[in-house]
Amino acid sequence: MNIIEVRNVTKEYANHVALDNVSISIPRGKIFGLLGPNGAGKTSLIRIINQITGPDKGEILFDGELLGNKHISRIGYLPEERGLYKKMKVGDQLLYLAQLKGLSQKEAMDKLKSWFVKFDIKTWWDKSVSDLSKGMQQKVQFVSTVLHEPDLIILDEPFSGFDPINANLIRDEILELKQKGCTIIFSTHRMETVEELCDHIALIHKSKKILDGPKREIKEQFKTNTYFVEYKGSLSGLEGLYEISADKEVENDYRRATIHLGENKSPNALLTSLLPNVEIRSFGENIPSMSDIFMRSVNEIPEA
Amino acid sequence: MRNIFLVIKREYLVRVKKKSFLIMTLLGPLLFVGFYAAVIWVAIGSVDTKTIQVLDESGLFRNEFKDSEALKFSFIEGNLDSAKVNFRKADANALVYIPENVIKSPKSVRIYAAKNVSMDLKSEIEKVIEKQIEDIKLSEAGITHKILEDSRVNVSSETISLSEEGEKTSSSGAATVIGGICAFLIYMSVFIYGTQVMRGITEEKTSRIVEVIISSVKPFQLMLGKIIGVALVGLTQFVLWILLTTALTSATSAILSNRIPKDAVEMQQQMEKVQKGMPNQNMPGNNVENPMAEVLGAVNSLNIPLILGCFLFYYLGGYLLYSALFGAVGAAVDNDADTQQFMLPITLPIIFSFVFAQFVLRDPDGSLAFWTSIIPFTSPIIMMVRIPFGVPAWEIALSMVLLVLGFMATTWLAARIYRVGILMYGKKVTYKELAKWIFYK
Repeated sequence: MNIIEVRNVTKEYANHVALDNVSISIPRGKIFGLLGPNGAGKTSLIRIINQITGPDKGEILFDGELLGNKHISRIGYLPEERGLYKKMKVGDQLLYLAQLKGLSQKEAMDKLKSWFVKFDIKTWWDKSVSDLSKGMQQKVQFVSTVLHEPDLIILDEPFSGFDPINANLIRDEILELKQKGCTIIFSTHRMETVEELCDHIALIHKSKKILDGPKREIKEQFKTNTYFVEYKGSLSGLEGLYEISADKEVENDYRRATIHLGENKSPNALLTSLLPNVEIRSFGENIPSMSDIFMRSVNEIPEA
Repeated sequence: MRNIFLVIKREYLVRVKKKSFLIMTLLGPLLFVGFYAAVIWVAIGSVDTKTIQVLDESGLFRNEFKDSEALKFSFIEGNLDSAKVNFRKADANALVYIPENVIKSPKSVRIYAAKNVSMDLKSEIEKVIEKQIEDIKLSEAGITHKILEDSRVNVSSETISLSEEGEKTSSSGAATVIGGICAFLIYMSVFIYGTQVMRGITEEKTSRIVEVIISSVKPFQLMLGKIIGVALVGLTQFVLWILLTTALTSATSAILSNRIPKDAVEMQQQMEKVQKGMPNQNMPGNNVENPMAEVLGAVNSLNIPLILGCFLFYYLGGYLLYSALFGAVGAAVDNDADTQQFMLPITLPIIFSFVFAQFVLRDPDGSLAFWTSIIPFTSPIIMMVRIPFGVPAWEIALSMVLLVLGFMATTWLAARIYRVGILMYGKKVTYKELAKWIFYK
């Protein structure tokens, strides 16, 4: 079951189209990566899901119902541009934000206490936000995003501004939330995060969705049936049989080459023909990284 | 509704808990009372008795210089030179020399002093001499003292009818004062609290918290919550100021009254006379000049509950009308520095109404007064000026209805600009763009 169904959503601004007939399904309980270059329309889509703005055309379903006011308390949102009231105390601020999301003061207080213990930030309660470092503010903001235990958490570039230790802390939190059954939408440019965390992805470019699906399937789809080999010797005996590219020396006498398998050829056959010719150090299939997929998909669309 | 309430609560508490609020609340009345106390203190304090020596060669003025609390006259004999020498030894503040031929050459009167002589003292002495010379010249012309007295009685009996009229004018004096104060308070509060709304919105925008907030609260709710929250802060401050000022004034006047027992008694007598509409024989035509007595005597003739009620209405109405516009400006810009270009068209009508108020005070029933008190942008200030003078009920009703419609319109307009503006960063906004925002879907 999909927690969010985006159906044919179009959003126009005065002089450009931010989203052009975009349809995306976000499955429950997964980590969903929303990718795209700057200005592709990611933030517009996120704002529409958060009901900050409305779509011009199309509709959004939340749990099968038309998205509405009652869903606000079930969504947690961490915007890319972080912001808190600078002069307000951390505790007061989190209580306020939690109450806006529909928690009673007491509920909010109870939940906050456990988070303050968990993140070991008990001493921050009476501090002004402006007295905290940027990383500390990020932590506070993260707490405010998940405090009301939303079903859907939308994180826009969640790791920017964190040092590696805190980034790990947040990553573990995200995985834990997923374990509990939360759905997480990630908007990011950082492909290593996508590689590591995301189950599903959608790629938006120039206001259009150009790619979506489970990460595994997309990778499968982008495989080019090429293999790499690191070897000592010469590949000249194979030239007639296989398409060899990027053959160059890496270190000492070892060379590395990319070999494209034609139709109906198995990697085993390739290995068999390699064995008599060269000494093999390593061999494997070229699986496209998310970064490759991103670059290839985006570059396929010509610049307007 | 719950969310609006939460926003109002935050906006209110954040501001009321600020140190600056506490300081302003305490300092406001202290400054106000302190200022007046200082003025009164200095005024009373400066009344130390001055000794004036009079060398009167003409012998005409012996009975004319009368000792008062501030001035003591002593008459000396001899010639001017010895008087000058003695003056240095004597503990006197000034020496007045009146030559023998003073009537023929009044300019020959001289005042000698160790330091400069105050204008007050100079004019006091000149007045006495002038009056005496005038009297003498009148008698020489055949106008006896008797005729003079008679003519003064006539002048006095004129004053009785003037005084009866004066009952009215003294009431309009009080109306002027109260109207002026109300107009000033509304003018100030629209500015102070309107800019607070604007600052608050710009702060939310620049700190980027607004995106988090409006994912839970509708932009309109957030804006309205802020406006109402700040309005309540304003009301709280007013109430505290009034209470504190009243307390402080009574305390101060209790202390000061020890220093001015005589003045107070005199004032009271004078007030009683004014209230009875009796002519004041001692100072003909002067009895309308005491503003204190005038105000107190006339306050009873004003409709205080109506004025208070209207003040509250026009304070809130004017504030709501303008703070919505200030809020729209706050949403349109990225930082306080950029607000200037949009502030001007908003502040102009406020400043104009304050300027118009001066004219309306003089002519509270003229057509300028009528129109400016009907148009919502100027009515909060102008109508408050007019109300103490008495305004037909239908005009008040019309002005109130229009003001309500006015702030509904500005709030609607502001909300349209606000919802687009708060999410627009890093862009210099023009008027043309603002107009476009209004018509966005």
